[in-house]
Amino acid sequence: MTQNSLGESAVQKTVQAQSKNNGVAANITQTQPLWLLAEVTYRCPLHCAFCYNPTDYDKHTQNELSTEQWIQALRDARKMGAIQLGISGGEPLLRDDIEDIVIEAKKLGYYSNLITSGVGLTEKRIQAFKDGGLDHIQLSMHDITEEINNFITNTKTFELKKKVAAMIKNHGYPMVLNVVIHRYNIGHMKEILEMAEALGADYIELANTQYYGWSLVNRSQLMPLKEQVEEAERITNEFRQKAGSKMKIFFVVPDYFGDRPKKCMNGWGEVFMIVTANGDVLPCHSARVLPNMEFPNVREHGLEYAWKESPAFNKYRGDDWMKEPCRSCPEKENDLGGCRCQAFLLSGDAESADPVCSLSPNHHLIEKAIEDSKNPVLSEKPIIFRTDKNSKKYVAGDKERIEDFHALP
Amino acid sequence: MENDIQHANIYDIALHHRFQWEEAQNSYVILFPEGMVKLHGGAGEVIKRVNGKATVGDIVTELKAAFPDAENIEADIIGMFDMAVGKAWLRKVN
Ligand code: SF4
Ligand code: SF4
Repeated sequence: MTQNSLGESAVQKTVQAQSKNNGVAANITQTQPLWLLAEVTYRCPLHCAFCYNPTDYDKHTQNELSTEQWIQALRDARKMGAIQLGISGGEPLLRDDIEDIVIEAKKLGYYSNLITSGVGLTEKRIQAFKDGGLDHIQLSMHDITEEINNFITNTKTFELKKKVAAMIKNHGYPMVLNVVIHRYNIGHMKEILEMAEALGADYIELANTQYYGWSLVNRSQLMPLKEQVEEAERITNEFRQKAGSKMKIFFVVPDYFGDRPKKCMNGWGEVFMIVTANGDVLPCHSARVLPNMEFPNVREHGLEYAWKESPAFNKYRGDDWMKEPCRSCPEKENDLGGCRCQAFLLSGDAESADPVCSLSPNHHLIEKAIEDSKNPVLSEKPIIFRTDKNSKKYVAGDKERIEDFHALP
Repeated sequence: MENDIQHANIYDIALHHRFQWEEAQNSYVILFPEGMVKLHGGAGEVIKRVNGKATVGDIVTELKAAFPDAENIEADIIGMFDMAVGKAWLRKVN
């Protein structure tokens, strides 16, 4: 699944809504896992080049948590204050117990959201989800070439999405479409928006690729030029103003082109808790790339331990861990130094400022990445798709392309 | 005020939004796709009474009776409706 499809924009919306008004709390820093993301499986029929799933996901396709273990996790997290539940993957519909998970979520009082590519959604299943109390479905547009092409050229994928969109609407759900934006589709913004409208989307999230997992491996190939992003934003704004369009459009700006990083996950261990297919508990999607960290697993400890006591969750809470320039930075509350994974993946130092920040001593790495994306030799290297075969290679240690990014400047 | 909140208006919680008491937050919340807002004290008291049947006027009367010491409560209530409608947490049903 995609980074943006959930977390970030979500919390931003909450926080925005919270901080703007009198009657409403501006309670941003709290250590309750308000948001539980259940990445129930890493199996997936698609092979997206921008998938943020770990490159070694293949390790985790054989040891998925059982239905009972998921239900226990839901209960434990709810006790700790979790209220939004994302059911994601991989493709969650590859599990046949999503119905049971949905029913339990409803019983417990979660607001539940299923994030799916739509592959495998049938009338029978969606009826069961509705009856079980699923609150929301988000349909994602994924596969890099074929799927998007099919989508904008109105062929196979478009037909599938149309069918699924109709099912979603017929069951009284809002139609929420998430499209990951990258170099291969950013030139088609207008077509994408038109197609989304033709599908009857109520919301569309245009999420620029964030570079983790598979998308980092493919960064030079996927990253659009700054001018392309600006053009895309312009087209989006134009579309918004178009009379008669009721579709709400969210455009998530890529952080590489800004000069301050995003407050990743709204702060490490602040509101997000992710339970992965194999039971690892993470503060953010890609945390497992960080060195010398052991993440708790629900098979050994409960979620309460994971959230409150585990060294991993405490490691980057607050700002005690910071180095200069973040430590004495007057803006540190705004972004908490950005993303630890991005800092590590790009600079080799997980405690340094996110290189996206123009004050970071490693900011040249971002500039270089932007340069590389303009370099035809690099940007035309073959894309490495998220397939079991490629993942096995990573597990086996064939990591040369990833090591590139670990190298210290 | 941006939205024309009349005493005769009737509102309900917007589609795909859920209003509930949240023990862990010790407050009422509105849940919606990808987000949540916590409603503090007075805000929660207002939204709690929104049920697709009561008019704004009914709710004002009820809250005045429930909180006789609160000054200028009517303006606060109307202000709360205005905000909630503006944020699309509520939909008008009449
Ligand atoms: S391969 Fe694509 S559809 Fe599958 S999990 Fe990754 S991003 Fe989602
Ligand atoms: S120096 Fe660190 S804290 Fe300051 S803005 Fe940059 S990333 Fe944020």
